[in-house]
Amino acid sequence: MKYLDEYRDPELAGKLFDEIRETGKHHWTMMEVCGGQTHSIIRNGIDQLLPDTVELIHGPGCPVCVTPLETIDRALAIASSPDVIFCSFGDMLRVPGSEKDLFRVKSEGGDVRIVYSPLDALKVAGENPEKEVVFFGIGFETTAPANAMAVFQAKQLEIANFSMLVSHVLVPPALEAIMSSPSSRVQAFLAAGHVCSVMGYWQYEPLVEKYRVPIVITGFEPLDVLEGIRRVVVQLEEGRAEVENAYERAVLREGNLPAQRMLKDVFTVCERTWRGIGSIANSGWELSDKYREFDAAHRFTVTDIKTQESPLCRSGEVLQGLIKPNQCQAFGTVCTPRKPLGATMVSNEGACAAYYRYGRFAEVESANT
Amino acid sequence: MTKELNFEGWTCPMPLRDHSNIIMSHGGGGQLSAELIQHLFLPAFSNEQLEALGDSAVFDLGNRRLAVSTDSFVVQPLFFPGGNIGHLAVHGTVNDVSMSGATPLYLTAGFIIEEGLALESLGLIVGSMAAAAAEAGVRLIAGDTKVVDRGHGDGVYINTSGIGVVPDGVTIGPDRAEPGDMVLVSGTIGDHGMAIMSVREGLQFETSIESDTAALNGLVAAMLEETRDLHVLRDPTRGGVASALNEIAQASGVGIMLEERKIPVGAAVASACELLGMDPLYVANEGKLIAIVPQEHADVLLDTMQRHRHGAEATIIGQVVEDHPGMVVARTGIGGTRIVDMQVGEQLPRIC
Repeated sequence: MKYLDEYRDPELAGKLFDEIRETGKHHWTMMEVCGGQTHSIIRNGIDQLLPDTVELIHGPGCPVCVTPLETIDRALAIASSPDVIFCSFGDMLRVPGSEKDLFRVKSEGGDVRIVYSPLDALKVAGENPEKEVVFFGIGFETTAPANAMAVFQAKQLEIANFSMLVSHVLVPPALEAIMSSPSSRVQAFLAAGHVCSVMGYWQYEPLVEKYRVPIVITGFEPLDVLEGIRRVVVQLEEGRAEVENAYERAVLREGNLPAQRMLKDVFTVCERTWRGIGSIANSGWELSDKYREFDAAHRFTVTDIKTQESPLCRSGEVLQGLIKPNQCQAFGTVCTPRKPLGATMVSNEGACAAYYRYGRFAEVESANT
Repeated sequence: MTKELNFEGWTCPMPLRDHSNIIMSHGGGGQLSAELIQHLFLPAFSNEQLEALGDSAVFDLGNRRLAVSTDSFVVQPLFFPGGNIGHLAVHGTVNDVSMSGATPLYLTAGFIIEEGLALESLGLIVGSMAAAAAEAGVRLIAGDTKVVDRGHGDGVYINTSGIGVVPDGVTIGPDRAEPGDMVLVSGTIGDHGMAIMSVREGLQFETSIESDTAALNGLVAAMLEETRDLHVLRDPTRGGVASALNEIAQASGVGIMLEERKIPVGAAVASACELLGMDPLYVANEGKLIAIVPQEHADVLLDTMQRHRHGAEATIIGQVVEDHPGMVVARTGIGGTRIVDMQVGEQLPRIC
């Protein structure tokens, strides 16, 4: 853990907490965009140790959470088809569709397999020429290059029995949507470092300009998050609004250019529905015309999808930072990781799941004092 | 230009109904496994020994107290860094019997073999079992063999049962943890689970992680020589240390406070867990034990464990507390706190 321990040092963390406490004279509300950051904040108890002047609200950055219900139901229908091997990252298997999840499809006889890379799914296709192999291509800009590479290779190698159900989402349009909403409480963003390692951060500059909102590119270790918060507080107190890169060891302004070239070749930007949020223009990627033959949504005719959502669940508001998970009446009562109402409770990186798993103790503690 | 979002009427998924079929998570050692036991098996077979929910059942027979345990092994692949299914089948049951403080004496073995398995592989597995049994000082005295059609098994499944004798004055059980007791673990955690992960199809990453599979009866015997006043022993297999401690906290009605920085995790396991988004506290072990012991014995027992080859990296990782009964809580590396919850099912590698 040579390269991680230094980002978890309790003494340095203490100094950063002190600086945040001393710098922050006013109350500031900032959104960590990514579920990985939420996870780190709650898992390390950062939210309990921050001064009252800093209010963290949790953003829409959990790819598992925001994949549209219609897409999940489509995935479930495809995975239930005979002669299909449905490959997915592990954490999608528990996400509820309208009636079931991929685990249940598997238990009912569907050939659902956990893979660790889309290229593994491509390998499965090569080994099973008599089957249709479908990969569930979800995620933000982070997972997209590898997914693009799998489709690119499928075309190069002429693997005709491989396709991808694509539901990629893009961060900047979501931030724009949040900031353009009249009820937004966001005063600054902690942008997700791994997204920026692929895409760079130049695309955040117009947002900063337009909304006068500081954006600090932040990593995921406790000290990364704390340094991001510190820099946000400094900017807000000084009345500045700039893009700052606090994750220099991984992020360049221009990002990863070869990855971006691959993305541009394979995907085109499209309107995308975010589960719990709604439709956001230009916020998704779909396969470009050149690769349409590998689009599972086109290859498999799935009709009669009738999505049904729970009226009790407020994960849409959680994803927008309008409420915290424990402000939802269903939280921890009718909605738990065992019986999730919404995807934010299903995914380990979902804000509700993070609150449920790590945050309940804070309530126990405060109730005792 | 992004259109304005309609905050009214946003919707969210409907509840999942209870599973009507067994899913993989029912075997993951987490909440679903516990529910299957609580709501299906226990009501059907209800009796005092079973309801104690120990790693082995303890019962009186004449003037002896015996411990009995059974376990099935379905690991894939059959051969992995540091061992094979044969080692596991012996070590797992020896350890389950040992966790009641018993001296394991005899084992039985049932083999369900898939048509087509190479005899050479079966020979290697059986040879490993014989060697592991000899090393643990137990005898394999009965067995059974079934062969199933090709495609109806993963090479071979092995069930082992074990029986042992509980020494006088030893009363160890998951319901005996008391506030003030110290929580010890016999070494680094997560080695077995990550060794298996490292050779799973699709995830062959280059590491030197080897399974920790080992028989712990010698370590338990050494501890009992020091004092018979041990409260709880548990081998944290499926579900890892977190699930084992949650079961203890619930059975004893106490809280457990862990010190996260003191929990021993090998560098390669820690890195692999980081890569996959897994928490080593939930990863399986096959050669480690958790001991919950009175505070006054903790230091001497720690010393005893560290002098044994299967406890060289033993550490005190926490304490039993009166607060938050039924819950396990960890003090994080930077001084916060977090709940160490029971997993719903198995840990799933995260997307990014």
